[in-house]
Amino acid sequence: MIQVSGLIKDYGARRALNNISFDANQGEIVGFLGPNGAGKTTAMRILTGYMPPTDGTVTVAGYDVVEESLEVRRRVGYLPETVPLYTEMTAVEYLKFMADLRHIPNAEDRAYETLESVNLQDRANSYIGGFSKGMRQRVGLAQALIHRPEVLILDEPTIGLDPNQVVEIRELIREIGKDRTVLFSTHILPEAQLICDRVLIINKGRIVAEDTPENLQSRLVGAQRVVLRVRGDADGLDTTVRKVKGARNVETKPDETVEFEFSSGQDIRPQIAKAVVQAGYELIEMRAVGMSLEEIFLELTRDNPSGKKSS
Amino acid sequence: MRNIWTIAKREYDQYFIGPIAYVAAVLILFVLGVFFAIDLLQFQQYAFQDLSGFLNTEREINLLPFFFIFLIPALTMRLVADENRTGTMELLLTAPLRDWELILGKWTGGFLFVLTIILATLIYPIILNSMVDPGIDWRLLASMYLGVILVAAAFLGLGVGISAVFSNQIAAFIVTFLTFVFLYWVVGFPANLPITGGGVFGYLSMSNHFSDFTQGAINLGALVYFTSLTILGLFIGTLSIEVRRWR
Repeated sequence: MIQVSGLIKDYGARRALNNISFDANQGEIVGFLGPNGAGKTTAMRILTGYMPPTDGTVTVAGYDVVEESLEVRRRVGYLPETVPLYTEMTAVEYLKFMADLRHIPNAEDRAYETLESVNLQDRANSYIGGFSKGMRQRVGLAQALIHRPEVLILDEPTIGLDPNQVVEIRELIREIGKDRTVLFSTHILPEAQLICDRVLIINKGRIVAEDTPENLQSRLVGAQRVVLRVRGDADGLDTTVRKVKGARNVETKPDETVEFEFSSGQDIRPQIAKAVVQAGYELIEMRAVGMSLEEIFLELTRDNPSGKKSS
Repeated sequence: MRNIWTIAKREYDQYFIGPIAYVAAVLILFVLGVFFAIDLLQFQQYAFQDLSGFLNTEREINLLPFFFIFLIPALTMRLVADENRTGTMELLLTAPLRDWELILGKWTGGFLFVLTIILATLIYPIILNSMVDPGIDWRLLASMYLGVILVAAAFLGLGVGISAVFSNQIAAFIVTFLTFVFLYWVVGFPANLPITGGGVFGYLSMSNHFSDFTQGAINLGALVYFTSLTILGLFIGTLSIEVRRWR
């Protein structure tokens, strides 16, 4: 549905996107993850036909975003980061206007239907100016959905919402993503983990990683981290652990647990357990902790990425 | 065509949301009404109750371009600036809509609004017509109103164009206002000086063309003049939106 290859965008002398390539298929929810200023919005603006790329080819639903911009725009629903609303219109007037721009027959009926799909039918005839942030976001989403687009592009759709609203919007995105291509950006990692089929991590105009949330985790983590807990004091426990061959990065945490790592493929947990018990501790817990996407993200977006980089 | 109409309709409705539309309409009708009343009284005095020598509302119609010089910059200054401020420009530029359709739609909305005010001023000639025998010269009146409409069209075209170049409302207002003052009068001044080619300046002066219409003279040169200015403004507007995309 979306094909991006060698995409470059310069703003004057500043290179906002540096040779980006990725695909997104039908029925796939792809998350664009990255810190502010990474180039997420720029990439989305190019995909929606708002601005042309400096170089590279971008096709959406088989149409080139530069050559066949109008065809692309007909097939894309877009929710920009600042939700674009006419506050002096009612929700239904606004959606009817958008439906008219998209030549939808029975625009008014469609406006009401779409408001229902975002759960705003009760406020159809209220002015948008009086809406809460969450309601505005939903009107914005309704606008992006009004023409039942094949591709939906959402720029930070959950930003500034309260937790209940975030859950609602996420469910809506998941629902929509069943039969459409959804590309959405976020800088909240668990969100990407929750909704996406695939995550693209973007930083400083480059894609630094691309995979399913699960694979990203296991692929990028070359080591397994384990937490140890014993009954009573953990004094000297770290020394005991360090003595076991293969244990690395041993740390005593403030909550009297000890964490250590071992390389994947050489599981030293039995040796550790034996050593701990032999040293006289009562072992009550030994648990593997996955490196969170958060840590992976930090790792990847650091100024000098370590050897774990993958793309 | 359909897209232009969709944009124009929203734009037209928009004018009636704030007070600007009502203030402008009331102000224009009031001032014209005062002038009209004075004219009526004067003619009655000089002509001893007979109004038949006072055959048209030329003086009142001549005032309309003055109002437009202030009103139209105020109407057009927010056309693009507001869309930029609320982020709705991103909505319009990612909708399946050509840039020129957007600009032409905005112009059409403004034009229909000004046309509404112009049509409202017809009450004065209609009143006059009912008071004089054998009635007013409708063909002359039509020529005058055609002049007024063409002035409004050209001003709106330029106003839309300038507002697309400046995303700041105040800057858009000032530049539009000065452009109007320059085009309406200033550019025509050298025409009266004993220099060769002064006639060119005369042709560029909008007030010269407008006064032709108020005399009942409709000539091709004037039609070309007003149409060109309107298209020039719309062209600048479209170009400016396109440049904005590439930046």
